[in-house]
Amino acid sequence: MNTQSDAILNSTVESQAAAPAVISATQRMYWSVRRELWENRSIYIAPLVVAALLLFGFLIASLGRALSTANLDQRRAVLEERSMFVAFLLMGTTFVVGVFYCLDALHGERRDRSIMFWKSLPVSDLTTVLSKASIPIVVLPLITFATTVVTQFIMMMLSSMVLLGSGMSLSPLWARSSLLLMPLALLYHLVIIHGLWYAPFYGWLLLVSAWARRAAFLWAALPVVAIGIVEKLAFNTTHFVAVLGHRLGGGGEASSAAGRMAMDPMLKLAPLGILISPGFWIGLAITAAFLAAAVRVRRYQGPI
Amino acid sequence: MTVIEARGLRKAFGTTVALDGVDLRVEEGRILGLIGPNGAGKTTALNAILGLTPYQGQLSVLGRDPWNSRDQLMRDVCFIADVAVLPRWIRVSQALDYVAGIHPRFDRAKAEGFLAKTTICLTSKVRELSKGMVTQLHLALVMAIDARLLVLDEPTLGLDILYRKQFYDSLLNDYFDRSRTIVVTTHQVEEIQNVLTDVMFIDRGRIVFGCSMEEFESRYLEVTVHPEQVAAARALKPMQERQALGRSILLFDRADRQQLATFGDVRTPSLADLFVAVIGNQPGRAQGAAR
Repeated sequence: MNTQSDAILNSTVESQAAAPAVISATQRMYWSVRRELWENRSIYIAPLVVAALLLFGFLIASLGRALSTANLDQRRAVLEERSMFVAFLLMGTTFVVGVFYCLDALHGERRDRSIMFWKSLPVSDLTTVLSKASIPIVVLPLITFATTVVTQFIMMMLSSMVLLGSGMSLSPLWARSSLLLMPLALLYHLVIIHGLWYAPFYGWLLLVSAWARRAAFLWAALPVVAIGIVEKLAFNTTHFVAVLGHRLGGGGEASSAAGRMAMDPMLKLAPLGILISPGFWIGLAITAAFLAAAVRVRRYQGPI
Repeated sequence: MTVIEARGLRKAFGTTVALDGVDLRVEEGRILGLIGPNGAGKTTALNAILGLTPYQGQLSVLGRDPWNSRDQLMRDVCFIADVAVLPRWIRVSQALDYVAGIHPRFDRAKAEGFLAKTTICLTSKVRELSKGMVTQLHLALVMAIDARLLVLDEPTLGLDILYRKQFYDSLLNDYFDRSRTIVVTTHQVEEIQNVLTDVMFIDRGRIVFGCSMEEFESRYLEVTVHPEQVAAARALKPMQERQALGRSILLFDRADRQQLATFGDVRTPSLADLFVAVIGNQPGRAQGAAR
């Protein structure tokens, strides 16, 4: 025991002589985001489970259909429809995951008192809040993208195998499917709409989760409902609800583009359309304001 | 070098005054015990020092303003707040990875060395560990950080006696040296009496007593007085008198040891007894708030 503690004492002296390592802001951010993924495994497990279910369903369907339909055009249409369905369902899944993640992100650490541990480390409130905001705004869209593309690719392969099995040519199936363009359009849609266009929602939810002592979901919904009702009663208008609906619908132009995306992506999708709309930039400014408020609120908060 | 310097530190929650003009000065290499009854302002004082709560008055920790630069301050300051604040979902290995990833002064090998002496498994999650093991893990993380100031707020609350003893033993043997400073609050006064170099009593937001342990040992004497000499001993104006097993025990401040020896057995009092004497003598305060 004595020699052991002597050795440790010596190593204490040695390590004190060494200059401390330099930790860059990027590194702190990287580990903070990894930390979020450790804590909230639903971020990647939920889309994977949904993708597995979809593939399972598709497998059964295509085995059944392999014997019946021989019409290639019809088969391709079904495949395209299924691909869109996959993308749509995975987007919905990760949106729900994102909403629940945000509501808990700055609330859970106060509830379980671990905020006292996180605050005992040299990580600023800004880094913490930004790392949490990056989950719905950056990480979830990228995970959705990867899961969707891989799922769609596996579906293509399954269809191809069924075709090969029935002795038909693959070329019509693969030629019309825009293999490169579709993922690009999907990535664009996910990053711009699901990441940045929806960012004000996530910012608001993070702010509420930093502030509310309990029932974060209610506190997030209540002001929205209240503003809608007051506006209706006071001015008999519904602008606030309309703005929210427009935002949630992905913004007129963007949503219609998203709808057409799978059909013939690069023709009808106007990539810069939404980027030059003022609403997009106003949304980002509002997000920044919400996040700045969340940083400030977290600074004052302790365990609840 | 002064590690903590506070002047006129004030903090109120609504109408409740938690800190009422605290003056405090802690030099490098000291182990200060901050002792006070519940609600005396210990935790509020520590939170102010750690930059977790805003305050009025002047406060400087390692030359920094804690409230405005908490994240920079935490490179040189560690703290264990209460017990079991480690997140329950984290794995021991993840905790090591994370702290190594973000803390410039963390020595992972050292932390693993401390953990190797416990029964904690690197793949365990915190929720699977016992309360004592969580404290061991937290201590291993903190002791592997080359910090200049360590703040402990009731670090052994709710632990059994083995873990409590072990906690302070490892702190003294494996961690403390003259270039580090430790501030600790606890209810278990008797446990840290031999650990401290300085002691302060805090009551209702004020520092009511403070001295070094050397001064404490030379200034305060406790005498178990023979019944027939009680009156003579009382004439020397003891700070406090209490009864134990039918004998009177008198506590004296700056009395002559030779003279006291004529009344009975003389010894150094426990911090707990001095605490009761000091806090109990405060106007409007009932006795017996030591634990």
